[in-house]
Amino acid sequence: MASQAVTPPLAGGGRAVRTLPLVGPSVGVLLVWMIVPLAMTLWFSLQRYNLLSPAEKVFSGLENYKFLLTDPSLFTAMGHTLQLVGAVLVLSVVLGTLFAILFDQDFYGQGVARLFVIAPFFVMPTVSALIWKNLLMHPENGLFAFITSSLGLGVIDWFTNYPLTAIIIVVAWQWVPFATLILLTAIQSLSGEQVEAARMDGAKPLSMFWFIILPHLLRPITVVVMIETIFLLTVFAEILVTTSGGPGDATTTLTYLIYLRALVEWDVGGASAGGVIAIVLANIVAFFLVRTVARNLDT
Amino acid sequence: MKDKQVKKLAMTVLAWLVAGAVFFPIFWMLLTAFKSEIDAVSVPPKLFFAPTLENYVAVSQRADYFKFAWNSVAISLGSTILGLLLAIPAAYAMSFFPSPRTKDTLLWMLSTKMMPAVGVLVPIYILFRDSGLLDTRSGLIILYTLSNLPIVVWMLYSFFKELPKEILEAARMDGAGPFEQMLLLIMPLSAPGIASTALLSIILCWNEAFWSLNLSAAKAAPLTAYIASFSSPEGLFWAKLSAASTLAVVPILIFGWLTQKQLVRGLTFGAVK
Repeated sequence: MASQAVTPPLAGGGRAVRTLPLVGPSVGVLLVWMIVPLAMTLWFSLQRYNLLSPAEKVFSGLENYKFLLTDPSLFTAMGHTLQLVGAVLVLSVVLGTLFAILFDQDFYGQGVARLFVIAPFFVMPTVSALIWKNLLMHPENGLFAFITSSLGLGVIDWFTNYPLTAIIIVVAWQWVPFATLILLTAIQSLSGEQVEAARMDGAKPLSMFWFIILPHLLRPITVVVMIETIFLLTVFAEILVTTSGGPGDATTTLTYLIYLRALVEWDVGGASAGGVIAIVLANIVAFFLVRTVARNLDT
Repeated sequence: MKDKQVKKLAMTVLAWLVAGAVFFPIFWMLLTAFKSEIDAVSVPPKLFFAPTLENYVAVSQRADYFKFAWNSVAISLGSTILGLLLAIPAAYAMSFFPSPRTKDTLLWMLSTKMMPAVGVLVPIYILFRDSGLLDTRSGLIILYTLSNLPIVVWMLYSFFKELPKEILEAARMDGAGPFEQMLLLIMPLSAPGIASTALLSIILCWNEAFWSLNLSAAKAAPLTAYIASFSSPEGLFWAKLSAASTLAVVPILIFGWLTQKQLVRGLTFGAVK
């Protein structure tokens, strides 16, 4: 926001109505919500403070950060976060775009099929994780095990042997439909005249995709990427109910690591230092998201 | 003409294959919910079986199921009502009486949504513990309201912006004050928009699974936490898990389907319409 020194006033022009009492409550509670916990996290991150021995609370400067940044588990966790977020984003953008184009075509039962394809986004995370882990991916009684073994391909024990991949599949199943919903809506706003004109000029489907549809979808795709990043950085329930970060630390992401430090080890200082790192990472993404949305607000 | 027909048929097959594959886990859950526990884990899996309602009976006979469900309902409705009460006046003021600061205010609200929950887990936990809000419905209502407020304001703002300004002008001529305008004019005129905003808020609250898993236990835990309790390794209660999940998912799925078009605005902060 600082990048815009002068903000042009929106149309209309306020007069005769005092808007402060109307806007004030929302702004006030959000201000408190933003400042108080953030200040506390910063303050705690500078303390040696464990809830199991609260009497030994002392100021320790940057010790928590030093400890965290020299601890290989932080970088392992950040690596897992990166793989999870990266993989789900790629799947969301690629499949989301393809699905959006597919479901924009004229076919029988279009309305119902669209409902089916966006449905997983509305399933609560604990349900999707447990349905996938048990009903589908269970190595003995799961449906996938039956299918692969009857095809003679053997059985994959997903959550033991490929735990991060399994979690990526579950999370992608929830977020590809989100991308599809957004991109399908965006495609529908593509003007029919433009498409028709291109077709008249003899554009092949592939060049139609490259030169008309994809450019039109570029901004919605950016929005999808940024919003999903914000949510994916804090994926938690799917990990808690399936692997609890394991086996070993194979599925411990940054969010899960902070949770372990905070509510399992009760290490307030260490968890807060991790929290500050998470906030910094999220804000890098947020900066770009806010700028994109701001540009949209002008037009 | 023939070509078009063929293409449409091919598209129908392809699209339904994709839709079926994506929806399959939900379909399988719905099916498993009507199996006996033995059928649910049988190898090979049974597509045809004697359907039973025993899982629903078993789930509902555990009195605590209704406690969890009631917590979900109370928290979602409570937070949605509180959020609308805060957001309607703000969105009304910003869309009809914009000042040079309005745009910055909106963007700042959006930026508060970017704070990752885990970043403030420790202070919120300690604040809740010290003020007795741990494992209470009010505690979760407060958190959900705050974290959804930016989305709610943005969505209402985009709906209010669509109302013709002249109507308001006419009402002001007749001497209607801001609250009368809001109650008697804006709210009825944008009732569908307010309804979809409320539904989005309910969906987000209902499915929230970070704060509910970390800050609630026996007393205030909603369905997300109840379902998580099925993750314990002892015993395979897949049919009961499926029945409980079906009850938890179906109402929200219907809400989502009803409002899918309007949700896009709220979920993308108006960047995609």
